[in-house]
Amino acid sequence: MAEESISGAEVVLKALVDQGVEVIFGYPGGAVLPLYDEIFKQNRLRHILVRHEQAAVHAAEGYARSTGKVGCVLVTSGPGATNAVTGLLDAMCDSVPVVCLCGQVPTHLIGNDAFQEADTTGITRPCTKHNYLVKDTALLAKTLHEAFYVARTGRPGPVVVDLPKDVLAGKSVYVAPDEVPPHKTYRPQLKADPRSIDEALALMASAKRPVFYVGGGVVNSGVEACRMLTEFVRTTGFPCTQTLMGLGAFPGTDRQSLGMVGMHGTYEANLAMHGCDVMICIGARFDDRVTGRLNAFSPGSKKIHVDVDPSSINKSVMVDIPVVGDAAGVLAAFLQGWDAKRNPADSPALTEWWGQIERWRAVDCLRYATNGQVIKPQYALQRLQALTTGRELFITTEVGQHQMWAAQFLKFDSPYHWMTSGGLGTMGYGLPAAMGVQLAHPDALVIDIAGEASIQMNIQELSTIKQYRLPLKVFILNNMYMGMVRQWQELLHGGRYSETYSGSLPDFVKLADAYGASGAVVDKVDDLDEAIKRMVNSQGAYILDCRVDPTENCFPMILSGSAHNEMLLGPGEHVEKPVSEEGMVLV
Amino acid sequence: MEKQEIRRHTVALLVDNEAGVLGRVIGLFSGRGYNIESLTVAEVDTAGQVSRITIVTSGTPMVIEQIKAQLRRLVPVHKVCDLTLEGPSVSRELALVKVVGSGEKRVESLRIADIFRARAVDSTNDSFVFEIVGSTDKLDAFIRLMQPLGLVDVSRTGVVAIARGPKPI
Repeated sequence: MAEESISGAEVVLKALVDQGVEVIFGYPGGAVLPLYDEIFKQNRLRHILVRHEQAAVHAAEGYARSTGKVGCVLVTSGPGATNAVTGLLDAMCDSVPVVCLCGQVPTHLIGNDAFQEADTTGITRPCTKHNYLVKDTALLAKTLHEAFYVARTGRPGPVVVDLPKDVLAGKSVYVAPDEVPPHKTYRPQLKADPRSIDEALALMASAKRPVFYVGGGVVNSGVEACRMLTEFVRTTGFPCTQTLMGLGAFPGTDRQSLGMVGMHGTYEANLAMHGCDVMICIGARFDDRVTGRLNAFSPGSKKIHVDVDPSSINKSVMVDIPVVGDAAGVLAAFLQGWDAKRNPADSPALTEWWGQIERWRAVDCLRYATNGQVIKPQYALQRLQALTTGRELFITTEVGQHQMWAAQFLKFDSPYHWMTSGGLGTMGYGLPAAMGVQLAHPDALVIDIAGEASIQMNIQELSTIKQYRLPLKVFILNNMYMGMVRQWQELLHGGRYSETYSGSLPDFVKLADAYGASGAVVDKVDDLDEAIKRMVNSQGAYILDCRVDPTENCFPMILSGSAHNEMLLGPGEHVEKPVSEEGMVLV
Repeated sequence: MEKQEIRRHTVALLVDNEAGVLGRVIGLFSGRGYNIESLTVAEVDTAGQVSRITIVTSGTPMVIEQIKAQLRRLVPVHKVCDLTLEGPSVSRELALVKVVGSGEKRVESLRIADIFRARAVDSTNDSFVFEIVGSTDKLDAFIRLMQPLGLVDVSRTGVVAIARGPKPI
């Protein structure tokens, strides 16, 4: 094709298509009109009109995390961009690759307090991996290709490209991705130093009480990384704990899986972390929700930390063997270098360690008391899992007790099927994220596990769901409270339930009806199975308002400021010593 | 965590000279609660549009390592060099010091300036502006001595530093 100049807006569309974007989530406005005009004229790129820009970013996150691709967002200047900020930070905290295009006032008006002007690059600087303000149409294609490269390379994250209206209207020659020279400096270290691999293998070979601690980094590294992780964990015979973000990286139903680690992790996972002599952390970042009190975190262990982001290493916990590199490459090297003879899976030390772990597992820390006809939220989730066996199931969640119960009770055997807001803890994440998942997997069963409070934070998206006939399901564990806050108030603030009662709830069934979806209420144990079956077998969107025990708390729990071996197992266990002053100020 | 000693480090960065790059570096320090004692920035390679930033900061070894790792994460940052750790280095700062006075005090200020090898770069009947170059400590000492002699204004560049020996950053 001849080198002909096209408009900036056309350049953007071409660049997106060349970057493999099929779906873009957005909301139009004055500054992005040239782009929307181009979108109107083509059909290679599908635009999904959301009802709030925050939801556009969460939907792109759901799309990205269920496919491994880069999610794409388009919003207008000013309020469009500021509304997207929460989603951008959410993607930053959970390392989700998202490219967000923001409209901007024309370059000559920047700095003039123009209508719908915001200092978008300034505002989004601390909540993006990188951001750009494009001031010249000639730089548009190069910048967009670079944005996608930065978003997906190394530790993934959100990238904002701010597009002044005159740049979109200007003319330039298009440059294809393969014509753009490689980035001047941004080349994250993906291949680990072989010496660090050897040191890690030697330490693993000498381990008597080893434990894997795997996180979202393995999922981000890809399906193949998760497969190699599974193979390596099985080859070594070591136990494996997962973080909230790491669920699905290793099969949750495998005997070697100890389940989730951390504040609401299982007894066996946390005590294995506490008592291990060698910890192999892969793609996790020793988050405060995982470590509990830092000076009591896994005191007797040598630690290996595999991470693609060097700034995650030695940030809060000092490790003995840092391995900087992409999880897939490191796991391939581990598999290749592992000599099963040096530490056989049936060695006496390992057998004894498993004996100890099985005794911890026998405590059955996720047990809960049933209570007549009142539906326990844990039971509702167990029934959901049982009644969806054999179907490809994608789960998104909002944030709170229901999220932790879902993480504890639902078992994920493969990556990309569990989407939750981990780092930022964004209420309102689940519904739009489910839209993104459903668009990427039109025939799959996609369920947003929600609370009655969180669901209202992006409830307007029911309209988007209606417009695109997305058959996703919303399973509300309705306990009439902002349950996690209520739980902390009960445990730490003398049961003074300040502002956590969910008053004036809408009738969710009528709400579903208003948006052309179906819905039902279930409040008795005996009716639960039938209600879940109706939901998962319904053709269109469905809201199941599941009334659960309002007093149920999420256990086990490590109170803030406590260590892994100071877990509360259940409501019967009273807080023996008051939470320390330092603990009270932790969140 | 074990108590670690807080030390002062001089960190040199090479960055793309593009809009917002200084904001990224400063935002990282303020957002993560790190300390900036001194910061200088100027373009050093006009053709390549590369600027050099010199930051003097302080923290425990763990915090200093975090600062460097976080700086390396920034996309426009080419190089991060801890001049305090990586062998000997030279560091210099320049100050312009305005002293107002007459009689014995005026003479005394000139005498001290001479000892410190400061140059008078501006002079009126009752004032001097001295230019002094040296380490931060030397500048501090000079300014302290000028205080009782009529010091009214100080402007300092902040520290610039470079490694000794033939190796570039």
